[in-house]
Amino acid sequence: MLHRISPLLSLLALLATWEGLVRLAHIPHYTLPAPSLVVQTLFANFTSLAGSWWFTIKITFGALILAIVGGVWIASMFALSRRLEHALFPIAVVLQVTPVVAIAPLILIYVASTTAALLLCAWIVAFFPILSNTVLGLRAADPNLRDLFRLYRATPWQRLRLLLVPSALPYFIAGLKISGGLSLIGAVTAEMVAGAAGRETGLASRILEASFRTDTPKMFAALLLLVITGVAIFWTFNALSRVLLGRWHASEKP
Amino acid sequence: MPGRPLISLQRVDKRFPTGVVALQGIDLQVAEREFVSLLGPSGCGKSTVLRLLAGLERASAGVIDSPAASAARTADTAFVFQDATLMPWATVFDNVRLPLRLAGETRAACDTRVRDVLHLVGLAGFENAYPAELSGGMRMRASIARALITRPRVMLMDEPFAALDEFTRHKLNDDLLACWQTQQFAALFVTHSVLESVFLSQRVLVMGSRQGRIVAEVRIDEPYPRSAAFRSSPSYLAACAELTAALAELHAPIDQVVR
Repeated sequence: MLHRISPLLSLLALLATWEGLVRLAHIPHYTLPAPSLVVQTLFANFTSLAGSWWFTIKITFGALILAIVGGVWIASMFALSRRLEHALFPIAVVLQVTPVVAIAPLILIYVASTTAALLLCAWIVAFFPILSNTVLGLRAADPNLRDLFRLYRATPWQRLRLLLVPSALPYFIAGLKISGGLSLIGAVTAEMVAGAAGRETGLASRILEASFRTDTPKMFAALLLLVITGVAIFWTFNALSRVLLGRWHASEKP
Repeated sequence: MPGRPLISLQRVDKRFPTGVVALQGIDLQVAEREFVSLLGPSGCGKSTVLRLLAGLERASAGVIDSPAASAARTADTAFVFQDATLMPWATVFDNVRLPLRLAGETRAACDTRVRDVLHLVGLAGFENAYPAELSGGMRMRASIARALITRPRVMLMDEPFAALDEFTRHKLNDDLLACWQTQQFAALFVTHSVLESVFLSQRVLVMGSRQGRIVAEVRIDEPYPRSAAFRSSPSYLAACAELTAALAELHAPIDQVVR
């Protein structure tokens, strides 16, 4: 029982210390707002923040879906042809190692729509773990099982469905867990660079905006929404992993 | 020989792209319903022989005659690996069903056959278990059940019991022979255990360590079914002694070179 509530307790202790410290030391709210003030600000500004929150969520999940589709598609190509992988993998690495903050201004120049530019930035950050993990997973099938499928003259479709996909699934899910968090980071980082350029704005723009006005409690309120989003993504994919890897055993059943 | 040759290698060479010569001019025959063991040190090319016969590798030279190497019905040949090689994400039932499923049979159509073969290998009642829930011996039983499901004419077995403990191995030896007698397949059994090869086989072929060919052949005329008493009979011990001597001779020239 204790190990279940201990994370909650430590979180509450941290918040209580923060609250106590701010009150006792009379720290001004524009330097460090107390947690209570942050929550208050969040509720007071919720209607205006909710729109931005929704925009950030759209960019995050849009980029993640594109990363899944693109990552799995490219990984399948790579798994089919080592030559193709050899030729194209360095490009994927270049995209991965270049800091998105550094290329975001360029992308904003070349891509007319801000939303599309943000999606592209977040995608660049999120797709690599899915790509590299899925490539690894598709190659991870037991060589003896591959031989067995050859011996019984399995069709390429049977080989993919009954051998390669189940073998790759745990690797793919590990990639998904990383990419889920990264797509949020990508979405926020890119918007930080883009600023409030578009008609619709996300939470990053609200944080920038609030910082110009030294509205620290509002910065924290927006940050709180980002934290909630990140934690929700983490939980969702952990649950998905449990469900899929539990079902993965039963996945053979028609 | 009990019948006409079912599988054979004639003057077969196998050279890998790396330049390694695994086999050179090897001749080998296994008749229908015959039990033959292939005995030899590690790295002598025993597994390559099986892979050639299974159609998983192509010979560099020579003639291979086997149902799998030709374009014949693939279900005639079954392969049992040293590792049980089960799909961890599938139940015992689904693992055993795999060859039939790959042949396009529906689950309902193979239900009885899967249950029958699981009964035969002593795994009745474990249909819904996952490989991770089974012991090493039971996993190997499931692997053998999967091989038997197509009612193969040829069973190629690559040191299937090498990783098992002595007791489990003896039990599986007995049960394999029982299956062999009822299922009527020809078996080519690769092993590096002299004792195991003598207990199981009608003929034991000894492969050389460098030459990649058969250097000795020992016949074991003990009738089947072979009981545990056979393991301490004079004919068993004599065959073991003969094979041990053949293996020792194999190493002698190399040892001399080293000295």
